[in-house]
Amino acid sequence: MWQLLYENLEQTVAVILFGIGFSILLLQRNLIRKIIGLNIMDTAVYLFLASMGYISGRKAPIVVDGVTQTTAYINPIPAGLVLTGIVVSVSFTGIMLALTIRLYRRYHTLDIDEIAMLARGEDA
Amino acid sequence: MTLVHNFPFFCILLCMAAGIFTSVLKPKAAKALTFVVAGTVLVLSALTLRLTLQLEEAYPFIMGHFPAPWGNEIRIGRLEALMATGFSAVLLISLLAGMWHTSNFVSEQKTNLYCIMIDLALAAVLVLIYTNDLFTVYVFIEIMTIASCALVVVRQNGHTLVATTRYMIMHLFGSGLLLLGIAMLYGITGHLLMVPLHEAVVNIVQTGEHMGPLTVVIALITAGLAIKSAMFPFHGWAPDTYAFAPPLSSAILSGIISKAYIFVLIKFFCRVIGLDVIISQQITPFLFVCGVSGMIIGSIMAISQRDIRRMIAYSSVAQIGYIYLGLGIGTKAGVEAALFQMLVHAAVKSVLFLSTYELVNVSGDHKHFRYLHGAGYRNVPAGIVFTIAAMSMVGIPFTGGFIVKLNLAISGIAIGGWVRALVLIALALSTLLNSVYFLHTVVSIYRRPAQELDYPKPEKTLPVVAVALFTSVLLIIYLGIGSEPILRVIETGLKTFS
Repeated sequence: MWQLLYENLEQTVAVILFGIGFSILLLQRNLIRKIIGLNIMDTAVYLFLASMGYISGRKAPIVVDGVTQTTAYINPIPAGLVLTGIVVSVSFTGIMLALTIRLYRRYHTLDIDEIAMLARGEDA
Repeated sequence: MTLVHNFPFFCILLCMAAGIFTSVLKPKAAKALTFVVAGTVLVLSALTLRLTLQLEEAYPFIMGHFPAPWGNEIRIGRLEALMATGFSAVLLISLLAGMWHTSNFVSEQKTNLYCIMIDLALAAVLVLIYTNDLFTVYVFIEIMTIASCALVVVRQNGHTLVATTRYMIMHLFGSGLLLLGIAMLYGITGHLLMVPLHEAVVNIVQTGEHMGPLTVVIALITAGLAIKSAMFPFHGWAPDTYAFAPPLSSAILSGIISKAYIFVLIKFFCRVIGLDVIISQQITPFLFVCGVSGMIIGSIMAISQRDIRRMIAYSSVAQIGYIYLGLGIGTKAGVEAALFQMLVHAAVKSVLFLSTYELVNVSGDHKHFRYLHGAGYRNVPAGIVFTIAAMSMVGIPFTGGFIVKLNLAISGIAIGGWVRALVLIALALSTLLNSVYFLHTVVSIYRRPAQELDYPKPEKTLPVVAVALFTSVLLIIYLGIGSEPILRVIETGLKTFS
């Protein structure tokens, strides 16, 4: 069991990080902490993907010296997926931050439960 | 390959291009362009549907120059074309009935943004319907989430801000699970295109290697999409979002967008993993239990609401439960009933939200039932339309809702055993509960208003709104009377779907 986890160290770490980010996103009441949790969660998936594409002893798939055999390079697809994922998570972080600013200006707090309570008192 | 073969791709491109052009137009032109886009997509999708009905098999459409298993592609079959046609028809009707009063919710400067987001949401829905690539699914699910957040938060008050934040958090949580699931699936199969993926999955099942990770993948992706489509018990974000968003946004969100997630889930079950593997992995009983509890508890919550829009939002939770009940039965017939319910619910829920707005509008903007007394007389078309949509929700014969319940019951009976009993009991109980709250609403909109309430003189309903609302009533009745050909398309489409 431990041997297996150690052999897949990156994946193990990624899943633990995912769990940490996941619980921060769900359980913390502070919006900024939630956003940090979201980023930890997404980064964990990128670590998972990047580690899957890496093949030890090979190079990044950029042809420089005319070497074109596929065996010389690592798998580029996970890297492409990670890049796409980063774009997505950056835009989500942006939207969440924008929402947080709006909420803070209106209610002067970052606590989501408190904000929900204050909002309930307003007219629909 | 004829011109018609390219139409699905044109539809997607048209929506995205329209989004870009909309940003530089005047608000009025932006609205007009949105109508044109929705109408064009409807016509093109209908032509695609006609083409696919003539073809025996679904056909792939390569995006870019790399064929499978490397490149990206979309795949067009009967089922996909039917869903695209149905959803774009519902969108067009909702736009016609709801676009005129967006100025009450959306400021002048934000109108263009609102139109862009509608285009973007339609593009994402179309991509999710047609795509054959799992990572494209992830990217467009995120685009759809961004668009739907903007559709809610465009109405600027505290409630929508809180609702959007809740919506975002739950959806990010779902996306995280989905992305991890897709990453793990790529890790054990090495593919992202659905057809090679399926071959790899069949191989995994035969050899038994990586069976554990495959189970985890199925659980992660199912949970991610279930959260995003407001399956009970992950529905927490839905009522506030639907209740406080502008009515047109609520119609689009609960009518179309939540269905796109479920369509992706069905695609994942049928095309990527295979329904037999899903059943052997014990996922369907989980969906079955969630569906049944959603049907019952969603209705009970709806009964306890005093705000008409929150009541309709909770009834969405119950109706999504019907879809998951169909999936949870785990047979082809169950999935067919679920797909038909997706179409019916899209048509009914969008018209319910929009006619409710009209009723609320003639009642001094009050959403509580006691202020709505007599609203059916103050706005006659909206009252009639609401009543017929409510009848479909309850499942009165000659409406779409009846056919849904009939098909769910038939597919449950075909299984036999305790499933049969449970399906029938759940359907009976939920129909009873549905009729409690919908009949209560219909009675209260036709009850004599209390004397002391002085309502402002109602504005005349725009003829185009009345026409749009009545068109959707015709659609609901057509789904009830003329359901046979649609069910046949779903049945034959599902055969070529996987």
